[in-house]
This record gives sequence, C-alpha cells and structure tokens, in this order.
Amino acid sequence: MRSPASRVRNPQSAIRRGGLRVWGMLCLLAAAVALAGAAAPAPQAPQDLEEQVREIAAQLRCPVCQNLSVGDSPSGLANEMRGVIREKLKAGESRQQIEAYFTSKYGEWILLAPMKKGFNLLAWGLPFVGIVAGAFAVVFLTRRWAGREGATDGGGGEGVPPANPEDAAYRERLRRELDEFAR
Amino acid sequence: MSWKKALIPLAALPLIGLLAYGFTTDPRAIPSPLIKKPAPPFTMTVYDGGPLSLEGLRGKVVLLNFWASWCFPACYEEAPELERAWRAYRDRGLVVGVDIQDTEAAGRQFIDQFKLTFANGPDPGGKIAIDYGVYGVPETFVIDRQGVIAHKQVGGVTDQMVAEQVEPLLKP
Amino acid sequence: MIATVGSFVLFLGLVLSLYGAVISVLAGRRDRPDLLASARRTALVLVALTLLAAGLLIAALVNLDFSIRYVANNTSRGTPLYYRITGLWGALEGSIILWALWLTGYTALVAWRYRGAHRELMPTVLAVFFTACAFFFLVMTVPANPFARVWPVPADGRGLNVLLEDTYMFSHPPVLYLGFVGFTVPYAFAIASLVTGRLTPEWVIITRRWTVVAWYFLSLGNILGAWWSYHVLGWGGYWAWDPVENAAIMPWIMGTAFLHSVMIQERRGMLKVWNLALIILTFSLTLFGTFLTRSGVISSVHAFSQSSIGAYFLAFLGLVLVVSLSLLVWRSDQLRGHGELDAPVCRESAFLLNNVVLVGMCFAVFLGTIFPLLAELVRGVKVSVGAPFFNQVSIPLMAILLFLMGAGPLVAWRRATLDHLRRILLRPLGLAALVGVALYPVGRDYPAAVLIFALCAFVLASVIEEFWKGARARQRIMGEPLAVAVGSLTRRNRRRYGGLVVHVGVVLLVVGVAASSGFSREREVTLHQGEAVDVGRYHLLFQGLDAARESNHDRIWANVAVTNQGKPVGEMQPARKNYLANNQPISRAVMRSTLRDDLYVILTQADVDRTTGTHLATLKVLVRPLVIWMWIGGLVLTLGTVIAVWPDRRPSGVDEEAAA
Repeated sequence: MRSPASRVRNPQSAIRRGGLRVWGMLCLLAAAVALAGAAAPAPQAPQDLEEQVREIAAQLRCPVCQNLSVGDSPSGLANEMRGVIREKLKAGESRQQIEAYFTSKYGEWILLAPMKKGFNLLAWGLPFVGIVAGAFAVVFLTRRWAGREGATDGGGGEGVPPANPEDAAYRERLRRELDEFAR
Repeated sequence: MSWKKALIPLAALPLIGLLAYGFTTDPRAIPSPLIKKPAPPFTMTVYDGGPLSLEGLRGKVVLLNFWASWCFPACYEEAPELERAWRAYRDRGLVVGVDIQDTEAAGRQFIDQFKLTFANGPDPGGKIAIDYGVYGVPETFVIDRQGVIAHKQVGGVTDQMVAEQVEPLLKP
Repeated sequence: MIATVGSFVLFLGLVLSLYGAVISVLAGRRDRPDLLASARRTALVLVALTLLAAGLLIAALVNLDFSIRYVANNTSRGTPLYYRITGLWGALEGSIILWALWLTGYTALVAWRYRGAHRELMPTVLAVFFTACAFFFLVMTVPANPFARVWPVPADGRGLNVLLEDTYMFSHPPVLYLGFVGFTVPYAFAIASLVTGRLTPEWVIITRRWTVVAWYFLSLGNILGAWWSYHVLGWGGYWAWDPVENAAIMPWIMGTAFLHSVMIQERRGMLKVWNLALIILTFSLTLFGTFLTRSGVISSVHAFSQSSIGAYFLAFLGLVLVVSLSLLVWRSDQLRGHGELDAPVCRESAFLLNNVVLVGMCFAVFLGTIFPLLAELVRGVKVSVGAPFFNQVSIPLMAILLFLMGAGPLVAWRRATLDHLRRILLRPLGLAALVGVALYPVGRDYPAAVLIFALCAFVLASVIEEFWKGARARQRIMGEPLAVAVGSLTRRNRRRYGGLVVHVGVVLLVVGVAASSGFSREREVTLHQGEAVDVGRYHLLFQGLDAARESNHDRIWANVAVTNQGKPVGEMQPARKNYLANNQPISRAVMRSTLRDDLYVILTQADVDRTTGTHLATLKVLVRPLVIWMWIGGLVLTLGTVIAVWPDRRPSGVDEEAAA
C-alpha cells in the first residue's frame, strides 16, 4: 500500500496551494450566491393588476396594524389603501410615483424598508461589510494557523487523538479512505 | 495596552444609552408631513346635501374632522365639543366632518345622537382620508384662511386645543 | 387574602435569592462546602416558593378574584377555564412569574445535579443563578407585582387578550422561556470559569447537553410562534419580522453559532475568547429580547405594556454586559490559545465561516430592529424597518449557510486536500445542480428560491452520503444488515448523527419557507351567496353566513364548500369573532393542510345586502405550497435533538475496534 504522502513531493505546500484554490472557489461560490440572493426579491414583471397591487402593497406599512404590510393587513384602512394603489396603477402611475405619493402623506415611516440613501445606508451596508470583513479574517487566520502548524509538525500523522466516541468514527473514515487510496 | 482593552466593556454603554433614549420617544406618534403645507383639495357629498369642496371654503378657517361611528370613546367625547365650536364660530369658520370606513346608517345615527349641524359626509374608498395621511380616528386638521394646514390633532378635539390652535387663526 | 400571601411569597423569594447569592459567593471564597450545601437547599426552597406564587395566581385567576388587577385585566366571567389557567402567562406580570419559575427550577436542577462535583466552579455558578433570580423577584416585588390590587373591585374583568384565546396557548410562551432561561446554564459556567480562573474548556464540556437542550427549546419556541401567527393571527403568514419575533430569533442565531463553535474548542482548545464572547452575547440577547417585549421602546404586535419595568431590564442588561465583558477582558491574556490548524481547508474553517455568517445575520437583524430608534436619534425622522429589509438581507446569508451545512460534515477535521474535497462534494453538488435545473421552469420568476432548493438538495444529499458511507463501513466490518448498521452507527456517535438529523429538520423548514414565500397564490374577492372563486387548484363556493353567541363572544362564519378539480374536499368555515368585552372584531382564519399545499381562507368582511337580503362575504384566499413541511421539519429537528443528547450508556465510549 502506497502511503498517501508519497504522492506529492512536498505535502505542506501542496496542501497550502490546494487549500488556497479551494478558498478561491468557495469565495466565488459565496459571491455568486450572495448576488443571486440580492437580485432575487422581485419576480419578473408581474402579469396582472392584482399582482402589481400586491407587490406595491408589500412595500408599504399598514398604519393601523403593527408591522404588517398593507398587502398582508386585514384592516379597513389597508383595504382602502390597496384600492388607492389599484386606481393609481390603472391611471398609469409607476411604482416609484405611488410610493412617493404615500411617503408625501404619511412620511418615510410608511415604507417598510428604509430608502437606500443617506444615513439609512448604514443599515443596508454594515452587516454586509461586517460579514465580508469576517470572512477575510477567517481566511487570514486559518492560513496563519495552518502555516504555524505546518512549520513545526511533519506531514501526515494524526497528532494527539482525543479520546471520545467521535474518534471511532474518525478512525473508521480514515481507515476507509486509506483503503480507497490503496485501490 | 490594557487601558484600550478596558474600553471594550464600556462599549456596551452607548447601546444602553440608545435604548434608554427609546423611553423618551413614542413609537406610535407619527408626525405628519402635511403640516405647513397646502391642504389637499377634495370634494365630497354631504349627508342630506350636495357637494362640498375645499376650494369653496377658502378664506375661512376650517376644522376638518375625521371620525367614525365605531370609534369609541374618543369620537363620542369630541362630538359635542365640535358642535359647540361650530355654533360659536360659524360666521368666521367652518367645521367639516368626514365619516370614514363606516356605513351610512351608522353615520346618520351618530349625527342624530349628537344633533350635529355642521356638514358631515362619507368618504367612500377612503380617498380623502388617505390624501390627508389619516391612520386612525379621530383626527382633526386645522386649516387656515390661506388653505394651509396649521395643526393636526391626533385624538379627540378639546376646548384647550380649540382655544390654542383655532382662535388665533380666526382673528384677521 | 391571596394577594397578600402572594406578594409576601414573592418578597420572600427576593430575600432568599439575595441570601443564596451571598452564601454562594462566601462558599466559593472560603471553600466551605457546608455553605454550598446551604445554597443548594435555598435553591430548592426558592423553586417551591415560586411554585406556590404561581399556584396562588392560578387560583385567583380560576376563581375570578377581580380584586387583583392582573385577574381583572386578563379574565372575565365568560372566559373558559382553560384560558383562565393559561392566562397565567397572558400578560406582563404573569409572564415574569413563568420566567421566574423556570429560572428557579433550573437553579435547583443545576445545584442538585452537580452536588459534590465541580467544587471550584459551582459556587460562582450558583451565585450567577441567584443573582438572576434576585433580579426577577425584584421586578415582581416593585414595578410589576402580579398580586397588585385594584380598587374599586370591578364587577367583571376585561378578559384575556382575544388573540391569545387559542388551544395552543399553553405551548408557545413556556417553551420559548425554557429556551431563554436554558442559556443561563452555559453562561453561568462561563462566568464561573472566568471568575475562578479555571480557563480550560471544562465549562464547555460540562454544559454541552444543557446548551443543546436550551437551543432546542428556543428553536421549538420560535417554530411554535410561527405556528401561532399562522393559525391564530389570521393574516396568512407566519413570520413578519416583528421586533419581538426578532428578539426571539437573535439569541437563537447566536446560540447556533455558539453551539457549533464550542465543538472546535472541545477538540482543539482554540477560540476560547470567541466562545466566551458568544455565550455572553447569547445570554445578553435573551435579556434584550425580554426588554424589547416589555418596554414599548419599539412598536410591536407583542408589546405587553409600557411601564417602568423597561428601565429595570435595561439596567440589568447593562450590568450583565459590562460585568461579563470586563471579566473577559481581565482574563483575556490568560486565554490566549495556541491557534493551530493542520490546513486552511478543514472542518474547523467551515465552522468558523459558519460563525461569521451566523453572527453577521444576527447583527443584521439586530441593526434592523433598533435602526428606527437610531434614525430617530440621528435624523429626527421616523423610519420603518420591516420584512422587505430583513428578507433581502437574510436570504443570501441563508444560502451560504446551507452550503456550509452540506459541505461542512463532509470535510474532514484537521485537514482536507483539494482532491478529497472535489471527490467528496461531487455527488451532492451534482445532485443539487440537477435539482436546480429541474426546478428552473417552475421557478423562473423566483431564482432565489430555486437556488435555495438546490442547496437544500445538496444538504440532504450530503447527509445521506454520511449515513450511507458510515453504515456501509460498519456492514463491511461487522457484517450487520443495513438498518442495524445505521442504528449502531448513530448509537456510537449520537452527537454527530443526531446533529445531521437536526440539519435535515432545518432543511425541511427552509424548503417549506421558500416554497410558501415564493409561490403562494392569493385572491381577495367579495362574493354573493352562491358565487364562487378559483384560486390555484381549488374552487370555493360561498353558500351563506351563520351566526352564534358563545360565552364571551359573538361569532359569524361563512360556509364555504371547497372542491379540488371537481372532487369535493370539504367545508370550510372562516369566522369573525366579536368579543363583547372590547368590541374588537378579530378574524378566525381556517386552513386545510396537505403535504402539497395549504388552503387558507380569511373572512375579512361579512354583510347582508339590505335590499335583497342575500349574504355577502369578502374572502381572502391563499394557496401556500409546502407549508406543512415547516412543521414536519420541526418534528425532525426534535428527533435529531433527542438522538444528540441521549446519554451514552458507557460514558467512556470505549470502541471495540480501537484495537484494530
């Protein structure tokens, strides 16, 4: 049985290179996912009037209920607001115009998501910035920790096995993978 | 190095401060963007009468009151007050009532109950109410002689409110 | 009489909590096991006292003792017995008794369970518990006394909040509170480790099961909240990102991060400071949640009432944060770990990424929840932060988490090579891609949902792979039939395989959420008697209205006959209830659930046409796909948790094959 370590001349750097490429792939995947998610919320151009009403109503806050959208709210006022939206759509107004109308009557508060400008950008931007920074920190730290370990320890080897039931599964898997390498 | 670390626990304090600030605000009090702006024009059909439009009332002070027969107890408490104000100032000002989200029968019964003599009419579809950014009843707008909204009263109209907000506008 | 005794019992509870805290501290500083024993006994007496207080309040509620303000506000002569009892946690003061009951219960349980063990940590652990108890008893003694009296005694009470009159009233708050209070255990042990300077992962290992159990109750509590919103509030949805809902989900998110992160600490001794910070934040978030609910600082469906109680909670929250973080900073130098990894790509990294995403998600929810307050302070303008914001922010994060959920268990601990990863991820990712392609025609309008489904398939495929590979290995070695192999595999490593089952539960929940959010159909129509409407695959015929008077409300309902492509499905009766006590009508939506979708019907308005006498009904009809899978996911989650925390028969876990 050939030892897996003999496949590569220098296990540490191979691992590091391999690791970096995997990181790159993962980052790309994550970015793609994030973009897809961010682009997602609105479906394609809705077909009928009612769907358009619902779409706009979902962005407005029902003034009498707590935290429900005008679309979801069963209250009388929400019903009337949906009626107003419907009429404005029939008159050819755009979504921005309708939202601006309600904002002029009730204030910014009527929009369920804060407008993406000025101070409000803090709410939209900070979490994203934080996560990206965190991801970079993780990449940086894991590379540093791996570098440190790689310098002191030889390639392969298990290190100190923790003595608990989980280890049995780990050893099992190790044995399986060693078997597969051997085939 | 260690004094910088001591800042970390203290970093919690601005958050506590922000939340404490929350005690001083009322999340349910929404300021109206219509104050000091021209009152939105409307036309409505009065109970027992013809059309009434806001433009026709220019030059007089208007107390525009939104109410409903199911609005208990606030609308019931302010109705006599509004009638009193109307009778006192009818040469210089007007009280106009808009009955929202109501049925005609219940609205008429409310008017009869309080023997209201000022103009009252329904608002089918809530267009007038939404145009004024109304989100509850009762709400009353004080519109001055130039047609500009001077004050919005959320909740029942009181003697004090009439004295402070309406009377100064009636002078010239 | 009850009021006096009850108030006295609560005051006694405060005194005993303070005594318990002091005596625990003394027991620790002077190494006096006899004082610790006294603290243990105090804990037992305390829970008995709390039970007594709760019992007294229930008695007052059942007997309609309107001289007590809480009873007058939450029951009435017409309130059925069941709701008189569950009214115990229907409003502010009673809910605090419930919290205190669980907290004193946990205190006694922990004290008794570890009697004679962990002698260095226990004094501080108990001191932390007693301090928390003291706080809640203080709140019940001063600002929010459930036994406060009212004068003059009203003839009838106001009745329970109408939205709480539902059969499942017994479940949501008690379960949720169990989750909140449960996180006190790891927190107390963490603080104890910081105070005593015993900075090994000891506290993590001791509190392992307690953490999982608390996490489970928090998960279940949130699911029950969603269930309640869906079944009772009658607007057709189950989650509105209401501030109080957020308050319950934030400790859950942070708790999930903590739960995963401690696994690394157990194995590698790393991330000590990070884990301590996580549990401090998780516990603080439970307090923050309860502050939000009770202070009225942010408007919400749930806000119990505005009273000075908010200031108490805020002060306690501030105290906890400042003291805990100070302890952490004080010990931080001694906590420096030997950060070592064998390779940059390994399960540890996946866990770290998991933490980054979860903490980021929690931060996003937190920021969105308090942002209206911040904007008002800075700009002087009121803004709203609602569902559109939270959805847009959390959907991409959820997608990343799903990927990690699938890839993480497949990646080996310590080291993974590129080849290994490629081989191991190929099949599940391939399956996921197939699912995505297959669903695309259906989900063209909602690409995010398709991506989520594909990732869910990825996770399911990876879980099946794990079970399959492990079982096959056992088969080859032990020669067992497959089913037995799976069983013994799970038994040997309950944590791992129980955790995988929990992941399956989460995935089912996500599938249900994604399907019902993205692909629901709805219509709102006003129908005359005899008219019908088509929504999705259902045909609904409105037959007429009926009315009845119950003990405390009037009920109008619409008789709707439902057919599914010609085949009769049944009768549904959406109703509107008009409560006599406060004239506030609420709608009682009805739903019919199948594995495929839910038919949800709301009666928004009921009228009689004056001229013709025919009945008119305004119905809002929703067809929401796959909703039932959310609740099934909850059941699977339960199964996974039970597997994971089931005690090992042989604590040392000796493996027969170790010799091989």
